[in-house]
Amino acid sequence: MTFASGDLLLVLPELLVITAACVVLALDPVLHPSQKDGLAWLSLGTLAVCMGLIASQMSHAALAFGGLVVIDAYGCFWKLLLCFVSGLTVLLSYSYLKEERLYFGEYYGFVLLALSGMMVMVSSADLLTIYLGTELMSLSLYVMAGLKRADPRSLEASAKYFVLGAFSSGILLYGISLLYGATGSTRLPAIAAAIAGNSLGDPLLLFATIMLAVGFSFKLAVVPFHMWTPDVYQGAPTSVTAFMAVASKAASFGAFLRVFIEGLGGLKADWSAIFLLLCIATLVLGNVVALVQTNIKRMLAYSSIAHAGYALLGVVAAGRLGESSASGIASVLLYLSLYAFMTFGAFAIVAMLRKGSIEGEEIEDFTGLAKRHPIAALLMMLFMVSLAGIPPTAGFIGKFYVFLSAVEAGMTWLAVLALIFAAISAYYYLRLVMVMYMREPGEVTATSPRLVMSPTLSIVLACAVAGVVIFGFYPNPLVNLATQAVLTLK
Amino acid sequence: MTHSFPWLSALIVLPLAGAVAVFLVKETGVRLTALGVALADLLLSLPLWWLFDASSGQMQFWEQAVWITTPPIHYRLGVDGISLPLVLMTTALTPLCILISWESIATRIRTFMATLLIMEGAMIGVFTALDFVLFYVFWEAMLIPMYLLIGVWGGPDRLYAAMKFFLYTLAGSVLLLVAILVLYFQGGQTFDILQLSQGTYPKPLQMWLFLAFFAAFAVKVPMFPLHTWLPDAHVEAPTAGSVILASLLLKMGAYGFLRFSLPMLPDASRAFTPLMVTLSVVAIIYGAYMALAQADLKKLIAYSSVSHMGFVTLGLFAFNIQGIEGAVMQMVNHGITTGGLFLCVGVIYERTHSRQIADNVGLTKPMPCYATLLVIFALSSLGLPGTNSFVGEFMVLAGTFLWSKSAAALASLGIILAAAYLLWMVQRVAFGLPSPQFLPKLRDVNQREMVALVPLVVLIFWIGLFPNHLLARMHASVDKVLARTSSSFPVPAQTESRLDPLTPLVRDTGPATEQVGRP
Repeated sequence: MTFASGDLLLVLPELLVITAACVVLALDPVLHPSQKDGLAWLSLGTLAVCMGLIASQMSHAALAFGGLVVIDAYGCFWKLLLCFVSGLTVLLSYSYLKEERLYFGEYYGFVLLALSGMMVMVSSADLLTIYLGTELMSLSLYVMAGLKRADPRSLEASAKYFVLGAFSSGILLYGISLLYGATGSTRLPAIAAAIAGNSLGDPLLLFATIMLAVGFSFKLAVVPFHMWTPDVYQGAPTSVTAFMAVASKAASFGAFLRVFIEGLGGLKADWSAIFLLLCIATLVLGNVVALVQTNIKRMLAYSSIAHAGYALLGVVAAGRLGESSASGIASVLLYLSLYAFMTFGAFAIVAMLRKGSIEGEEIEDFTGLAKRHPIAALLMMLFMVSLAGIPPTAGFIGKFYVFLSAVEAGMTWLAVLALIFAAISAYYYLRLVMVMYMREPGEVTATSPRLVMSPTLSIVLACAVAGVVIFGFYPNPLVNLATQAVLTLK
Repeated sequence: MTHSFPWLSALIVLPLAGAVAVFLVKETGVRLTALGVALADLLLSLPLWWLFDASSGQMQFWEQAVWITTPPIHYRLGVDGISLPLVLMTTALTPLCILISWESIATRIRTFMATLLIMEGAMIGVFTALDFVLFYVFWEAMLIPMYLLIGVWGGPDRLYAAMKFFLYTLAGSVLLLVAILVLYFQGGQTFDILQLSQGTYPKPLQMWLFLAFFAAFAVKVPMFPLHTWLPDAHVEAPTAGSVILASLLLKMGAYGFLRFSLPMLPDASRAFTPLMVTLSVVAIIYGAYMALAQADLKKLIAYSSVSHMGFVTLGLFAFNIQGIEGAVMQMVNHGITTGGLFLCVGVIYERTHSRQIADNVGLTKPMPCYATLLVIFALSSLGLPGTNSFVGEFMVLAGTFLWSKSAAALASLGIILAAAYLLWMVQRVAFGLPSPQFLPKLRDVNQREMVALVPLVVLIFWIGLFPNHLLARMHASVDKVLARTSSSFPVPAQTESRLDPLTPLVRDTGPATEQVGRP
């Protein structure tokens, strides 16, 4: 493999993020506690520069490091989303960490490290590099989940996440090695070529595909590989939960689509059957179990599982559509980017309710929020309505495109099934609206300290609500961006 | 038919802007602002009545702009003779709803007025949208405001009623979304409602699509087995909510059948006609029968709505000009009359805080004006000749008679039952002796309430005595729908004899009601 210094320029965004992570980690012990806010601003600045760089790479199509890294519109689309979400995470954490009395400078370092892993995942055309990125992301997240060291639930979350995450990484790696055995390469184009030449359907190939599917399903939190999700989402600090629910899911989908479309595109018929089953199981279990949750973070965890099911619907449609799969893949990109806004917004409100003695995590804690803080209640209602997929919000647009491609793929029955579960999901989203708007504040909540929306939190919420409303009314720019991005995926 | 001024967009945007405006004005000015916006919207909508070209069945006041490029979704609006009366009814009823909520709504007045205005905008959108996705967006955008209206300002059981309303209607509309997507691929990759109405689709597909449409529209109408959300929602909703539900929201379902099911799926519509007629007749009789048994005024009117909406669906599926024009007439009539009845219940509820018939008896002496108005609305509701409902019910029955004599005979039973439950209600509420505990509270209607109720009385008699103003405007449009649907049905000779043969049907209730009608 030849090493060209020009390649470094292509991966400049990743390099910047890693450098910033190292600087944050190095500065943390040296800085006085009062100066540690600077680390957050440093991270934010880096992310802003990164987004600019990535946007300028949007129209590029280049290979770096002998094909290990691809710079294309598809990867850039995900990287932009991931950097944006990381920026929101930093802003959300800024006030939330103080509320939780978590004064760790390295927190921001871990956000950036996880981000760099995600960026590698979505812009790599080699299975081993993708694996490397996945591990970098996961390891950072394991630590972040356990940052509330005094809270046993946080530690449990971290340990559980680690054990199951390591297990799934093992399965992923196993799948990669089998695939290498069957095709003789870990490069996606080479794998695709080998599969195209071998039309008979090698059982080894199929087995490798299943292993990869299982490995990715763990990362995507798809039923029946979702067991870790509710506990981890509940136990981790809320800002970390938001980061995991949005960024880690988006990055996993980014890598997953590239592997299965670019590398295993020849086996579409096989894997779309696998994901069809997973999709149905995810939709059913995610939505039904969410109905009975009393903890908002657990409810949002099951809701995020269900939303992975809707995104999988687009994947299955893409698999069924064969040659003209672009619309299906684009619908997944669109779905996840819209999902990012509403889910992050919802978690931001949960983080905001964390005040003193009040945990702000039980659904009951939202009682009468419309009286106590009308703006927070209004925003939360918007996010819930959007998650339920009711127009005119971003959630509807996301569902619309996923269902459009499902119907295009001739799976009308699946669209009907998914939509019925979407209607069921409206029950648990609206229950929160009911609690906020239609119940009077109880004694505990009425005497609780006044809720304050800190400036950084306001920025986060403004971004989230702008995404939900603007893309709900006028999704055209995002739709076009996603459609363009998918064209580079072969 | 392009007009330089975007009438319809203005009609939609104005109330939405008003919904924002009520949050910006002083607390004391909220009601006036909302009323001002609603009245401005009404004034803005009135020119449509005269600018509308009655000789054309085409969409008028056409507007179009690209909304989303892939897939092609347009912002496309227009009205024809079917949607014009419904748009005007929406703009006319919203100010009345605001007036009637003036004092009865004391908490969160800003949010209340905002939800009313958002609903007005969304409903005008539903009646004017000519792109299927745009239609669906407006259709669904109605849900959350209505949910809040019932759930926040409703009665004691409001949480249950609001959730039931929401889940029923949402479950119906998600199937509509799938049908829209299937039609997109079957109808040449377009969401254009007019273009889709021109297409021909294989019959098995039509059957499935009809069922999906049915799920959405029949819940809204509501047709017989799917009506159970309606009494709950009506009883728990505040007065303005009940009026909007009964007068406007239910019309969305019937409008859906007329605008989509009939022209897009003519074969399936014909195949399902026996079922639809049966369900309509069952709704007419069952609704009336249930209304007879109610002790709660709002529940009584809610069940009477089920019965009256049965006439609408019956007329639609008679597949002839009398039936369909009668159905559209009935949509308007039911909006006016039932709206009036709900406003009346709201008025008395504000005084006695009870909707029980037993608590509100003998109102003629203490509240003479109120009793007069109530009697007029009741008589209109039971279809007294000279009032609006007579014309509509008559035409529906005449249309049904041509299709099936037995269905028409059974449906006319509903009219007799309507006379029974309404006159019995009037007898108890208007006459007799008021209970002493409520007597001090029984003030007659004040000027504000008068202003809210009298316009409806005027409309009742205007439509009842001069129905041709309305009919002339819907003629061409209904003909256009019929041309799509009834190719295999004989189209009977029309119009001249329309008002003659059915008078005897209503006569048996006529003399009695006229006596009561004189205050």
